[in-house]
Amino acid sequence: MSKLSQRHLLGIKDITRGDIELIFETADNFKDVINRPIKKVPSLRDVTIANVFFENSTRTRLSFELAEKRLSADVINFSASGSSVKKGETLLDTVNNILAMKVDMVVMRHASAGAPHFLSKHIKANIVNAGDGTHEHPTQALLDGFSIREKLGSVEGKKIAIIGDILHSRVALSNIFALKKLGAEVMVCGPPTLLPKFISTLGVQVELEVKKALDWCDVANVLRIQLERQQLKYFPSLREYTLYYGINKKMLDDLKKKIVLMHPGPINRGVELTSDAADSHHSIILDQVENGVAVRMAVLYLLAGAA
Amino acid sequence: MQKKLILDSKQLHITLSRLCQQLIENHTNFSNCVLLGLQPRGIFLAELIHERLKSLKVNVPLGYLDATFHRDDFRRRDTPAKASETRVPFAIEGKNVVLIDDVLFTGRTVRAALDAMISFGRPAKVELLVLVDRKATRDLPIAADYVGKYVDTHDTQRVLVELQASGSKQNKVWLISKE
Repeated sequence: MSKLSQRHLLGIKDITRGDIELIFETADNFKDVINRPIKKVPSLRDVTIANVFFENSTRTRLSFELAEKRLSADVINFSASGSSVKKGETLLDTVNNILAMKVDMVVMRHASAGAPHFLSKHIKANIVNAGDGTHEHPTQALLDGFSIREKLGSVEGKKIAIIGDILHSRVALSNIFALKKLGAEVMVCGPPTLLPKFISTLGVQVELEVKKALDWCDVANVLRIQLERQQLKYFPSLREYTLYYGINKKMLDDLKKKIVLMHPGPINRGVELTSDAADSHHSIILDQVENGVAVRMAVLYLLAGAA
Repeated sequence: MQKKLILDSKQLHITLSRLCQQLIENHTNFSNCVLLGLQPRGIFLAELIHERLKSLKVNVPLGYLDATFHRDDFRRRDTPAKASETRVPFAIEGKNVVLIDDVLFTGRTVRAALDAMISFGRPAKVELLVLVDRKATRDLPIAADYVGKYVDTHDTQRVLVELQASGSKQNKVWLISKE
C-alpha cells in the first residue's frame, strides 16, 4: 500500500506500523531530494498549508515550513502572540477563518492536549499535529525512529532508553508508541516525580538510575527538563538533577559498548547533557534535525496525495 | 483478456543489440555521455543496455532517476504514487544524457523525468531510448530518439515488458487487451 490509513496525523497512537514504514520509505526519497543541487520538487504546488502555532517553537516550525517549501506548497504562518486569539477568538473560529481563505492543510501546535483531535471533527482540511500539550508530538517520534533506523539499520529489537522529564513530555509518549509499534524495547528513566504513575502499562520498563539505563540501551534519547510546564517543584534544584540524571561524555566513554545519543532539542547544556556529550561522536542530534525535514515532507506528501 | 506476444527472447536480444549499435553510431565519443534509467521499470532495460555496451568495450556511467515527485497527476489519483530510489552518482551538468525507459505511452513520465533530471544540473543534450513506442497515444509532444519497436495500441491496452533482470522467467514483451 502506498497510502496512509488516516486522513490526519494526530498522534502515533492512531497510525499503524505499516503507516510508519511507508512514511520512512517515502522520507528516504525526500532525504535524497534535499541533498540535491536543487532541493525542491513540485508535488504540492497546488496545496496551501497553514502553520498554526499557539505555542512557541523554533525547530518544529522552521522544519515544517522548510518541508512545505521544498514540496512547493504555499505557506502561511500564524502564531498566537500578536493575533486575535488575544482578543478572545475561539480555536475553532480562528481556524475556520484561516480555512475560509482556501487552505488545504493545517499544521498545528497547541498547549492543550487533544486540540488537533477536536479540530479534526469540525474541519475538512488535513491536520498534522505539531505537538499538543503534554500529549503527542508525532513528527518528532517519526524523525527519531527514522534516525535510529538510519544509524542502526533498523528499529526492531533495539533497546531504547528515554531519559529525563517523562511526565511533561509529548516526545516521550509519541516515541513510546512509535518505537513499540516498530518492535523496539523501550525503557523510561528519570526521577520518580517525573515518571507518570501508570507508564509501565504502556509496556515500557522503568529505571530510576541513569547509569543502569545507559548500560542497558543501544540508544539514549535524552529529554529536556520542561521548567515552563512545571508548576510544582519536582526536584530540589537543577544542580541536583544534573548530579543524578545529567549525562556527560565520560559516562558514555566508560560504557562497554557504543551507544547512540539523541535529543529532540532545545538542549539545556549543562543540565541534562554536558556540552562535551552533546557534541561527541555518540550524538546524532543534528542528523535528527536534518531528518526532521525529510520526514515532515513525507508526512505532508502522503496526506496531501490521498486527499 | 488477450495476450499477444510482441517480442520474444530472441527478437529482444537482436533489438537490444541494434539499440546499442545505434547509440555507438550516434556517439563517436562516449566520454561525456551518461545513461539514466527511469524508475521503476526502465532501470532493468538501462542495466541491460549498460552491460551490452560494456561487452562492446564502451563504458558509460549508469544512474537511476525517479520522477514520482515531479508527476503531474499528484492529488488527481486516489493514492500517491510510491517513489523509488534515485541514484545519480555523477554530475548531470554539461553531460549528454540518454534517458531509458521500457514503454513510451502518454509521454507524461518522460516530461516528469526531464524536470527531475534538471534538479541535478543542466545537461548539454538529452536523448530518449525506449524499448516499445506506443504510436498515437501521446498526450504531450515527446518523441523517442531510439526505439526498439513501434506498436499500434489503444488506450485500453497495456504493454507488458518481462525481463529476467526484473525477476521474470524469460525476456518477453506482450500486448495485453482487456476484452
